[in-house]
Amino acid sequence: MNNRRAITSHAIPFWRDERFLKALVQAIFLLALALILGYFIRNMLTNLRQQGLGLGFDFLRLTAGFDIGEHLIPYNRSHTYLQAFAVGLLNTALVSGLGIILATLLGVIFGVAQLSGNFLVRSAARGYIELLRNLPLLVLLIFLYSTVFVQFPRVREAIILPGPVYLTNRGVAIPWGTPTATFPLYLQFLGAALILALLLALGLSWYGKRSGRPPLTFFWSMLTFLLVAAAGWLLLPAPPLEANLPSVQGLRLAGGLQLSPEFMALLSGLSIYTSAFIADVVRAGIQSVSRGQVEAAKSLGLTGFQTLRLVVFPQALRVIIPPLTSQYLNLTKNSSLAVAIGYPELFHVSGTVLNQSGRAVEVIALVMAVYLSISLLTSALMNLYNRRVRLVER
Amino acid sequence: MTTVYSKANVLPPPSESSTLWGWARKNLFKTWYDTLLTFFMLGVLYALARPLITWAVSKAQWEVVRVNFRLLMVGQYPAAETWRAWLCLFLLAGIIGLSLGVWARQKLWPSVILLLSPLLFALYPDLSSEARTHLFGLALTALLAFGLGRWQGIKLGRAVVILGVLYFPAVLIIIRGGGLLENLAPAVPTSLWGGLMLTFLLTVVGILFSFPLGVLLALGRRSSLPAARWVSITYIEMIRGVPLVTILFMSSVMVPLFLPSGVRPDRVLRAMVGITLFTAAYLAENVRGGLQAIPRGQFEAAHALGLSGFHTMALIILPQALRTVIPVIMGLFIALFKDTSLVATIGLLELLGISRSILAQPQYVSFQREVYLFISLIYWVFSYGMSYASRRLEKRLGVGER
Repeated sequence: MNNRRAITSHAIPFWRDERFLKALVQAIFLLALALILGYFIRNMLTNLRQQGLGLGFDFLRLTAGFDIGEHLIPYNRSHTYLQAFAVGLLNTALVSGLGIILATLLGVIFGVAQLSGNFLVRSAARGYIELLRNLPLLVLLIFLYSTVFVQFPRVREAIILPGPVYLTNRGVAIPWGTPTATFPLYLQFLGAALILALLLALGLSWYGKRSGRPPLTFFWSMLTFLLVAAAGWLLLPAPPLEANLPSVQGLRLAGGLQLSPEFMALLSGLSIYTSAFIADVVRAGIQSVSRGQVEAAKSLGLTGFQTLRLVVFPQALRVIIPPLTSQYLNLTKNSSLAVAIGYPELFHVSGTVLNQSGRAVEVIALVMAVYLSISLLTSALMNLYNRRVRLVER
Repeated sequence: MTTVYSKANVLPPPSESSTLWGWARKNLFKTWYDTLLTFFMLGVLYALARPLITWAVSKAQWEVVRVNFRLLMVGQYPAAETWRAWLCLFLLAGIIGLSLGVWARQKLWPSVILLLSPLLFALYPDLSSEARTHLFGLALTALLAFGLGRWQGIKLGRAVVILGVLYFPAVLIIIRGGGLLENLAPAVPTSLWGGLMLTFLLTVVGILFSFPLGVLLALGRRSSLPAARWVSITYIEMIRGVPLVTILFMSSVMVPLFLPSGVRPDRVLRAMVGITLFTAAYLAENVRGGLQAIPRGQFEAAHALGLSGFHTMALIILPQALRTVIPVIMGLFIALFKDTSLVATIGLLELLGISRSILAQPQYVSFQREVYLFISLIYWVFSYGMSYASRRLEKRLGVGER
């Protein structure tokens, strides 16, 4: 065996050796790629030099000099470009986070409704999904913004929904809570409640594994959290939050939490658009659990609720979660469409930074890097999850 | 013991809901809460539909759409050259007619009704007599092609596929004009392309050019050569990780930077580059799915027959892999059709862009609802139509299951 290999390697000259050829092909490929990229980069450097620009991220420390309407952290025009980016990133996080929650709620409702035995419910859910799936998101966003949220009446003629919720062309105002002096103390209480609930959850799932009778872990730990939180609210000398109701003062809205039309349009557009896709994911997941599983559970004597909790959901979730995550990622990436309606999320802010500073290459690289890291992080987590729940086959 | 079942012995399956009332009992009023739900849903639907219909029929002023109809369809494409857009439609009608004739011959009436659908548009009252003639011509062409397809049958199959593939580059050449065609069809600069026509062209270019790139990337990702594999993976994951707007933005800002100074491709071309680069990454992932579905035995059999690596791929693996991913690619096509609306953010005047520029004129500012509803309808009809057709196709050919 050894002998023969020695002979063949002698017999074949190196330029016909497969290993050598493979290495050669790859070397040529990489060289060509490097040459093309090098050509592009050289052009870019020449062009930048002609425009009198260098490369580098130093400009991030310069004063931004523009205002951003909505910011979660303190910001004004005298802050730096870097802080402007941070404001944009936080706004992206805010709208994506809320959007994901709303889209999931709507999506689950419509996904389950698609499987309803009632013809009208089923068709209405199907209609909702088909309507949204076949519209471009950007058209939906612009439609919502320019024909719904900025077309609400002026502040003085505001539509007042019970709550009170004010709908005006300057935005939507909802009731909110203002922290009082005891609020920091209450936060500690909440932390304690969270730790207690987590400990209970761990204990219960350990017990479930040992005894083979999984208790209602989520329910009990949630109940613990709520009870401790409620007890804390009552025990404190003064309530940690006081109601802050919106009202109309002269020509302006005052109090409450005020949400701009841009934010409302973006949030509602993203949520309802993504909910249509989530609904289909949920339906497919539920349908993927074969009837035999339900029948087997019944014949083992499980009740309807137990069948759902212990047999259907765990199996449906395994099918649902990967596409669901990619919908969440889509929603986050789609939030960049806010640039068309003017909500200052990451992409919109970067556009302004680009115009102000002229640093096209750096700004675009930065924005892409941020979105890319969000995506890669999520898919890394997803791969971990998939490895955990993968079917162990014989 | 053998029992012979003749047709006469077999009873029809029991019909449980043959009557309308029986159907309603089963689907609407099964239990008391089902009944409640039915009435609740009726109420909701009524509450939603009534104001919408009242508005659309009595309050809405569709004048703005009527006046700007041409702009919405072809943008500022010169009126003298509009015949080229019609020519593309005629070719399309011919190809659809032929393929229905060849592959859907059993379904005579549904096909005929589909092919006559251009006549539906002829009902639109404000159409010029020229446009109406063209629409009749479209229906006639489609019917003639359908007849030809039925008559010649599957013999034409290969020719129709080739025509279908050639159609897309042909459309680009016809719309673009110039070059060898200069006398017949003078070049129209892309800055004049617009409206629904540009939307379609962007979609077509996106799929057409991303196809070879996507297939190469998919092969690269599964290649045994680490250099090819890592370059493909990096490209695919990078593109899929960022939103399309950033890529469009990049292509509109960075492409001129990457080229020697003085070379400045026009905006439409830059958008096309961005769309192609973006779509290729998604297409590559779909094709990879198809490649993974090919059993190892196929590779081994090809090797055993003495085919080289290239021949194995080109003759054995890719034809099978691409067939399995036809439905997914249709889905990608539809998604791309919707996504072309994003080029409005970099200032192109496709369907959404031109609507926004129409609405920016002071006299039309208050007709946002009408215009946006109209273009939504266009997007919806085409994208639903395509997804419906692809679902039917998938079921008929069983392509997804092979």
